[in-house]
Amino acid sequence: MTRLLQSLAAGVGQGSIYALLALAFVIIYKSMRVVNFAVPGMMILGAYMVVYFGNVLGINFWIALLLAILVGAVVAFLIERLAIRPMIGKPVFAIAIITLGIDVLLRVVTSDLIGTNIRNIRDPWGLKTFNLGDVVIQHRRVAMVVAAALVCGLLFLFFRYSRIGLAMRATAFDQEAALTLGISVGTVFALSWVIAGGLSALAGMFVATGSGIDQQSAFVALKALPAVILGGIDSIPGAVVGALTVGIFEGLSNTYQIQYLPFLGQNFAQVVPYVILFIVLLVRPYGLFGTPEIERV
Amino acid sequence: MRGRPLLYRSYEQDGGLLNTAAKRWWSAALLAVLVWVPFQASPDLVLLLATAAIAAIGAIGLNIVTGYAGQVSLGHAFFLGVGAYTAAVLNGDPAARSGVVGYGLDMWIWLPAAGLVAAAAGLLVAPIAFRLRGLYLAIVTLGLVFIGDHIFREAESLTGGVGVGRKAAAPELFGFSFAEPGTILGVPLARDQGLYFMGLIALVIMALFARNVARSGVGRAFAAVRDRDIAAEVMGVSLRRYKIYAFVISSFYAGIAGSLLYTISRFLEPGTFGLLLSVQYIAMVLIGGPATISGSIMGAAFVTLLPRLIEEVPSFVPIISGEAAGGFLTTQQLEQFLYGLLIVLFLIFEPRGMYGIWARARNYWKAWPFSY
Repeated sequence: MTRLLQSLAAGVGQGSIYALLALAFVIIYKSMRVVNFAVPGMMILGAYMVVYFGNVLGINFWIALLLAILVGAVVAFLIERLAIRPMIGKPVFAIAIITLGIDVLLRVVTSDLIGTNIRNIRDPWGLKTFNLGDVVIQHRRVAMVVAAALVCGLLFLFFRYSRIGLAMRATAFDQEAALTLGISVGTVFALSWVIAGGLSALAGMFVATGSGIDQQSAFVALKALPAVILGGIDSIPGAVVGALTVGIFEGLSNTYQIQYLPFLGQNFAQVVPYVILFIVLLVRPYGLFGTPEIERV
Repeated sequence: MRGRPLLYRSYEQDGGLLNTAAKRWWSAALLAVLVWVPFQASPDLVLLLATAAIAAIGAIGLNIVTGYAGQVSLGHAFFLGVGAYTAAVLNGDPAARSGVVGYGLDMWIWLPAAGLVAAAAGLLVAPIAFRLRGLYLAIVTLGLVFIGDHIFREAESLTGGVGVGRKAAAPELFGFSFAEPGTILGVPLARDQGLYFMGLIALVIMALFARNVARSGVGRAFAAVRDRDIAAEVMGVSLRRYKIYAFVISSFYAGIAGSLLYTISRFLEPGTFGLLLSVQYIAMVLIGGPATISGSIMGAAFVTLLPRLIEEVPSFVPIISGEAAGGFLTTQQLEQFLYGLLIVLFLIFEPRGMYGIWARARNYWKAWPFSY
């Protein structure tokens, strides 16, 4: 029982990271109908920026995090302006492949900055734990959950009550109608990338807590894609639910798979999200909460 | 129709493989040059060209599904891996170190088998693929790469395991080995030349087949599915059937390419078949030119020869270093960086790829000295 609860706690924490990343995917998808494959690159760049500001320059962790989020947002803004904006009106595949190319660029540069060693950040949580009954919970897991909940709440308020949030919802609903009503769709695109860039950097920081980052860490972000698909690619609540589900399954598999299904091999937990993805898409091609695309000719 | 080479009197003539005199002459000339090159170039360059020829087979495969049929697949590395390991397992030494399976079969068995097993893997994925469209498909095939990577790493009896690997298949056909110095039709061939001709022959056969598929009814159905799937279905093109065809043909090509590719390096490591390899093949297709066979070949040649070009860069640009430690970027990182950059630049500025550049140059000179 303790083991079960403990793996659930770890899974929810991991799921919260996926939730942040999934939001980055969904917000861009909703505004421009493009899957942004550059999220891994943006995430690892954000994580490295925390390392850079915090360790190399020795700035206080919280300020370093803030700066990293800022850098992430600026980089995302530049990507949108330089590479995505010229492609508006072209097939979405082309834009998606461009983001894939940008992801390669970002990851190469960041890998080089990270170097061959594992880089740790000076986060206030470290590997400290507390006990809840028999269950040992890491501080950083709690921080992840709190951060994800906070971000979701803020985004909800933003989309619900702010003027530009309303404009973003309108653009997601119908781009041309929004344009005719005087909404600056370009600003909406830019803002969605900026939000996604900031979220990716925040998620990157959480990925770096615990065991640090190395050149392979960027691929964690791709596991948010199954979460996004699970929830339906255009649904924000769906993304969060999907992310938590994926995180929990990964946590459970981390604990139990080697014991009960040893033939699946070590580290199977790493591919559990993709296996879930296959199963869900076989049953429900548009995810659990997604809107089926209705095509009119 | 002497003197009027562009007058066609039937659709067969119009849609023919070599439908103009220029194409006939230049194809013959190109083939002659390709046969002549390996006897002139240095052995390492010939090996690189052999790699390019085999990689082109894989690129043609990806182009069939992504370029012709319009289904973005990021899972090509998985099918390459399936082909490579099928060949390695069937060809492997049965008496080799314990734990790694091998059956010691000849090339005429393992080569088709590698294609067929990969095609079967494609068939297995196709049911998911034909239910999904566009970006959902891209994400699923991305998942396929990671699952495949896991399988390759963990199936140690087949792949040798991480960091250990196994020997790749040896290209021995009816007792003649392409990978060893030998004589064919009285011409003595070194190892590199043997491999080069193996790659060239395979490429010519596979490219001709792909070109024929592309100009047949199946190819037109692919184009219809790509351009507007609903309209295609309304006209009676079965999406389900043609998406499955595209996936199966594409993975067959990937299987063949995978099995041949590693006869050159002679060694297989399970970590090879990751997302980066898929991106490399996407780069070949996009740089070369989507939905063209000649473009796939150009793209594959470019991407394969790129590392060789990059090796020369450190002597010109000081921030790029040939060593692993120094400089801002190492040559290997620069290579990946360029894949990314070229994908972005070609998509923005020349979506038809190198084929588009060639077509524009050709049309310019056709009309020269007039502008059109």
